[in-house]
Parts: sequence; structure tokens; C-alpha cells
Amino acid sequence: MTTDLARWQFATTSIYHFLFIPVTIGLAFLVALLQTTWYRNDNPMYRRLTRFFGTLLLINVAVGVVTGMVQEFQFGMNWSVYSRVVGNVFGGPLAMEGLLAFFLESTFLGLWIFGWDRLPKKVHLACIWLVAGATMLSAAFIMAANSWMQHPVGYVMNARHQPVLTDIWALFTNPVFLWGYVHVLLASLVTGALVMLAVSAWQIRKEREVEAFRRTAVISMIVLLPTVVLALFVGSELGVIEGTYQPMKIAAAEAQWNTCTHCSFSAFQIGSGENDQSPTQIFSIPGLLSVLATNHLNGEVKGLNQLQAEDVKKYGPGNYIPNVFIQYWSMRVMAYLAALVTAFSLWGVWLLRRRKLERAKWFLRIAPWVVVAPFLMNTAGWMLTESGRQPWIVQGLMKTANAASPNVTSTDLWISLVVFVLLYIALGAADGYLMIHYGRKHLASDTEEEDHRPEDGEQPSTDRSERHEDDRLPALVY
Amino acid sequence: MHLSNLWYLIVALFWVGFFVLEGFDFGVGMLHAFVGKTDVERRVAVNSIGPFWDGNEVWLIVGGAAIFAAFPGWYATMFSTFYLPLVVVLVALIVRGVSFEFHRKVADARWRAVWRWSLTIGSALIPLLLGTALGDLLHGLPIDKAHNYTGSFFGLLVPFGLFTGITLTVVCLFLGSTYLTLKTTDELHDRISHLSGRIGWAAAVLVWIFVTWAHIGLGKGFVPNPLDAVAVMAAFAAAWLAVVEEEGWAFSAACLTIASAVGSIFFDLYPHVMVSTTSAAYTLTVANTASPSYTLTVMTVVAVVFFPVVLVYQAWNFWVFRSRIRSPRVGASTSSTDAGEAMTASPAGGGQRPSDGK
Repeated sequence: MTTDLARWQFATTSIYHFLFIPVTIGLAFLVALLQTTWYRNDNPMYRRLTRFFGTLLLINVAVGVVTGMVQEFQFGMNWSVYSRVVGNVFGGPLAMEGLLAFFLESTFLGLWIFGWDRLPKKVHLACIWLVAGATMLSAAFIMAANSWMQHPVGYVMNARHQPVLTDIWALFTNPVFLWGYVHVLLASLVTGALVMLAVSAWQIRKEREVEAFRRTAVISMIVLLPTVVLALFVGSELGVIEGTYQPMKIAAAEAQWNTCTHCSFSAFQIGSGENDQSPTQIFSIPGLLSVLATNHLNGEVKGLNQLQAEDVKKYGPGNYIPNVFIQYWSMRVMAYLAALVTAFSLWGVWLLRRRKLERAKWFLRIAPWVVVAPFLMNTAGWMLTESGRQPWIVQGLMKTANAASPNVTSTDLWISLVVFVLLYIALGAADGYLMIHYGRKHLASDTEEEDHRPEDGEQPSTDRSERHEDDRLPALVY
Repeated sequence: MHLSNLWYLIVALFWVGFFVLEGFDFGVGMLHAFVGKTDVERRVAVNSIGPFWDGNEVWLIVGGAAIFAAFPGWYATMFSTFYLPLVVVLVALIVRGVSFEFHRKVADARWRAVWRWSLTIGSALIPLLLGTALGDLLHGLPIDKAHNYTGSFFGLLVPFGLFTGITLTVVCLFLGSTYLTLKTTDELHDRISHLSGRIGWAAAVLVWIFVTWAHIGLGKGFVPNPLDAVAVMAAFAAAWLAVVEEEGWAFSAACLTIASAVGSIFFDLYPHVMVSTTSAAYTLTVANTASPSYTLTVMTVVAVVFFPVVLVYQAWNFWVFRSRIRSPRVGASTSSTDAGEAMTASPAGGGQRPSDGK
């Protein structure tokens, strides 16, 4: 019971946290691109756009950062046995993340927010790139730690049968990490680009500053098309790699109960309950599963029943099959939506080439809704990878059932779960409101964007330009 | 020296650094709702920590993560022991953290009140609860052979722990007030300056009792450790300096007070990390909770290479935003009820301001 509650809490808070992280990573990169363009061509429009999307970035960062702290604390709070046993391996990347990425991100974000009028243009530009880089670096460490749970490497077992780190580099050359990290970065860029595109499309449709928002639409599509295509390929390769180390995960994702060669891929299936071994498959595509799982048309995919028998022999009695329903559908939600987003971005690029984007009513109308897709894909992706690891907390080394804090009661867990859920709903409502409100705001005008750097390090003169834009205040009172 | 001892020192350093840096921004957070009479004044107070608070908070995250990596056993026991208090700390960290960004985004009095009080209450709860936890580490808690806490939530409310929490919170409050005297001008400055002197004496008395209790009450002997002595002297010096308006020195002495008070907890605790009141044999120590030497070596290399870099750019951040913040001229806004307007009213020269003390 306590393990289940602890899992619910971890899943809820992680999924929630990861709604904001890809936006942060993707948008930080895009805002840095905008500011670089402004730096190069000195066109004030890009400065205005940088500030506009910078505001959206900051709203997201606020929630992303604070919900990240819950994750950081939760290992010890809810999973004390896990933390005690694997902390010497798993804790390392987390501490490095703090020291190398969080300090960088938080400090330079502060400098960027308040430094508009304080720092030389070049230095200020460097600040946003450091923030963008730090968000990506942070993901690297957390992915290295997570990949170790999927495919533990670089350790030996000691006399008490606990893993002891022997090679830190192995964590960062782990194939699951390398492919998983690239996949996460691409997914984040897709997310950020779709957010920017959604806002730009809405603004263009309302015929506000069409010239400016057409440019951000172009930038977001230039980023979107290659990243979504690459994300599909990298994700597929990641599937092959995970299939090697976690065959259960992939077999469950295809609801493949018995071993097959030249296995077909089912587009949909009915009756695919957790233990339904003979669901009705619809649209079977011959050989595709073999290609996806092994890269060969006639590759062998082991079935869940066979894998279960092998695991029982290896690890003793128990159920080693993850939740098939979650695996099957999260895989498909992710893949199908990715295909839709690809088609959507091809449509957009085609409109651009035909120079019809500003008048493409349907495209502009649909774009703000497409922004939902990356969030569903990101969530499905994590459910696929984390639920597919079950019943293990560290694949082959430690079971989730043996990892929770023994002294934390179910009352404690109910309290914390309810508190986090209520708080997160309120926070989500506030964040959603602000994102929509600021995404629909008029772009601040040129006169508000005059440069007024202070003379000889004195206080900036603050008598202009602060008339309308509340959020410009910080830079000015300093 | 074994690396685990070095890491104990590093962990202590992070917690001391956290309480000094985030200490002043907790203080500002607690004070801003009371010393600021208008939205503009409150905004000035909040903006004084605007560029810094997030970076300051990372000291806590790294302090926790350093315990995780270097002392997994300590991390596991400590974080699961303080389960419910940490839930409250997390909630406080969350609402406080987003308040900085969300507060000014909507010009509605109720919206702003929500985030104003989130910041105020959050800033008080975090040092109170974390301080209580630190006090508990030193006092001891019922911990069994498997290093699991066996008491209930109420068992965590040890008087000494609570007193530690209260002391550190008041010292943070004082630290924040001395910081604000360095960052503000005009009426706001004078109001804070007056308040600062009063809080200073309360903080000094609390620190003095805390030190005495830690030593005599917990059986550490009559001779105070050097850090305790420094804490008491610095606390009284800071209070006096605040009264005579030596702002820079008062702030420095207040920093020294909280650094040595937190440092003395780690000093007294060593070589233990969590004391068991069930049996001395079950006490968690540096030795029995540390990671194996390979992990510690890797972490030492990472810390030695990168930590100095962090210090340099954090220091640079403080340097860039070192000057005082001027209130926009309040008179420029005719309607003081309309917070949104007042916030954006054109701020002119800002009137007289005291010579820059920093």
C-alpha cells in the first residue's frame, strides 16, 4: 500500500514537473536565438520579440524550478531504502546537476532578467545562452541518473549485495543515456517550437504585428521540422536499445505475448487489458514490429510469456511483466502524435514556401491547439519508459517493492499526495492563465523598448518607458 | 584526512552558505509585507533580492544533493525522518519561488495579496522548519538499528530543535533587515533601519540562549566551541552596529552570526550526523553513512574544479547589482490604491538618498 502511494506520488509529481521542463529547455533556446538575431541586426523588433517570449519562458521556469525541488527531496523522503543502497551511484549525477547546472541556470537567469539595462549587450546575450545551455546540461545529469535505473552500468556488487560505483564515465557513455538524452532534447525543442508557433499563429490570426510574429512562426517551424523528424528516428533507435536491455518493456509495448519472428505491428487493438493475451488486432502491418524492435525485418521479438519464464529462472518467483495496457497505448500515443505533428509542420513549411502563411486560416486556427500534442507525447514517453521498467526500480538489481521508506506511513503519504495534487492544480491554473494572458498580449511598442543604459554605473534613469509594461520594472529600478 | 571528513566539511559549508545567502532573502521575504507601505515599496524590497534568491536557493539543493551523493545513509534517514515537515518546506519553497515571478504579472489586489503572503509566510516557515531539523540532528531522535526513525510527527517537535528553528528564523529576519538597510533609500530605508536595531537585540539574546542550551543542556560541557563564542559576540556586535546605523558592518556581523550559529551545529554534531536517542550504537556517523571512496574521489574532483567557478560568477552577480534600489517617486502616482499604476508610475530622481554605504 505505501509503495503504491509512493509510486502514485512520484509519478504525479514527475509527470507534472516534466510538463514544464521541455518548455523551459525549448523556449530558452528559442529566446536565445531571438536575442542573437537582435544582437546581430540591431532591429528593435527582435528585442521586443525576445522580451515577449522571454516573459513566457520565465512564467514556465518559475514552476519548473520549484517542482524540481520536490523531485530532489522525494528520493530520500519516499524511497529511503533505494537512496541508501544506490546513493553512491545515483546521488553523484544529482549533486553534479546542482553544482554544474542549477547554479549556472539560476545565477545567469537572475542576471538576464535584471540585466537588460545593466549589462553590455554582448554579456547580456551570453547570459541567456548560459541559461539555455544550463537547462540542457541539467537534463544530461538527470538522464544519466535515470538511464542507470534502466540499464545499470559502471558498478560492482559488494559483499552486502549492494551496487558500488566503479566507473563514473560508464554512466555518461551508457547507450540508454546517449540516445535517451538526445531524444529528450529533441522532444524539448519540439515542445518549445510548438509553443512559440501556437502563440505566433494566434497573434497573426488576430492581425497583430503580423510582420513580427510571422518571423517567430518561421523560426519555430525551422526548428520544429528537423527536430520532430529526428525525434522520431532517435526514439525508434532508443526503442531498439531499450529492447536489448529491457526486452519486457518493448514486448509489453507491443502486447507481444509470444515470441515471434517477422512480427507484425498492430495499429490498434481492442480488448488489450492488462492480462488479455488474445486481443483483437486491427491494421496489422507485417514485419514492422521486428524492424522497430531489432532493425531487421525478420528479427526475433521475445514474447512476454517467454521473458517471464526466463526472469523467474533468473530472479526467482514473481511477476516481471509491466502493465501492458500502459505500455501499448503510451507507445502509440507518442508515435501517432509525432506523426501528426510531422504532417502539421510539413503543412506549415509548405505554406511558408508558398508565402501564404498569413492568410492560411485553417493552419492559424489549428496551430494553437496543436500545442497540446507535445505535452501528451512527453507524458506518454515517460510513462512508456518508467512503467516499462516495473517491477524494477533499478533494472535487474532492486525491485520497486523493496525500495520505499519503511518508516513513512500511508497516512503520511495520503497527506503529502493530497497536498501536492491540490497545490499543483492551483499552480497549473495560475500558470495556464498567465501563459494564455501573456501569450495574447500585444507586443510592447518600440518606444517602450528604448535603450537607456545608465551612465558610469550609476542608477539607470528611470523616467521613461516604464509606463505600460509592468514586467519591465525590475530592470529599471536597479 | 579521509575524504568522508572533507565531505562532511563541504556539506556543512553548503548549509552555512545556504543560511547566510538565503538567510537574508528569507529575512527580506518576511519583512517586505510589513515594512513596505505601498506596492512600490514592497516591490523595491522584493527586487533587492530579485537577481539573487534563486541562486541562493541552489545552495540548499546542492547541500541536499551533496548529502545524497556523499552520505546516502544520512540522506535516506534524514529525509524520511522529517517527512511531513519537509512536505511543508517544499510547499513553502514552491509558493515562495513562484511568487517572485507571478506576483507582478496581474494587477489585481487579491492576486497580489495571495503572492505577497506566500512570500512572507513561506520565507518564515522554511528557516523555522529546517532550523528545527538541524536542532533535532544534534539533540537526537529515536532511531533504530536499521537507521530508521521510529517516532511520530510530534516526536520531531523536540524543544531544543524548535528553539533552534526559532533562533535561526529570527536571525534571518535580522539579517534581512540589515541587508535592506543597504539596498533601500528614503522613508523605506529609515523605517527598516529603525526596526533593524530592535530585531537585532532579540536575535542576539536568542543566539546567546541557543548556545548556552546547546552546550550545557545537551551535555557538551561548559566550554563553548570557538564558533559558539563567535556567534554570540557577532550577534551582539551586529545588534549594536544596527542601532548606530553602521549598515555595512551590521550586515557583515549578522552574516557572521548566522554562519557561526549554523556552523556550530555541524561542529558539535561531528563525527555524528544524526544522533540516536534509542542507543548510541545506532547513531549515524560520518563513517557509517559515507559513500565508498571512489564516489567521494569523483565528487571531490568535480567540486574542486567547478565550485570555485560557481563562487566567482555568483560573486559577480552580487557585484553587478550592488547598488541601492531607488523607489520610484511615490508622489508621481496620484492614486495609491491602484497598485498597477503605482508600480508603473514614472520614477524620477528618487529624491535624496544616503551615500552608498556598500
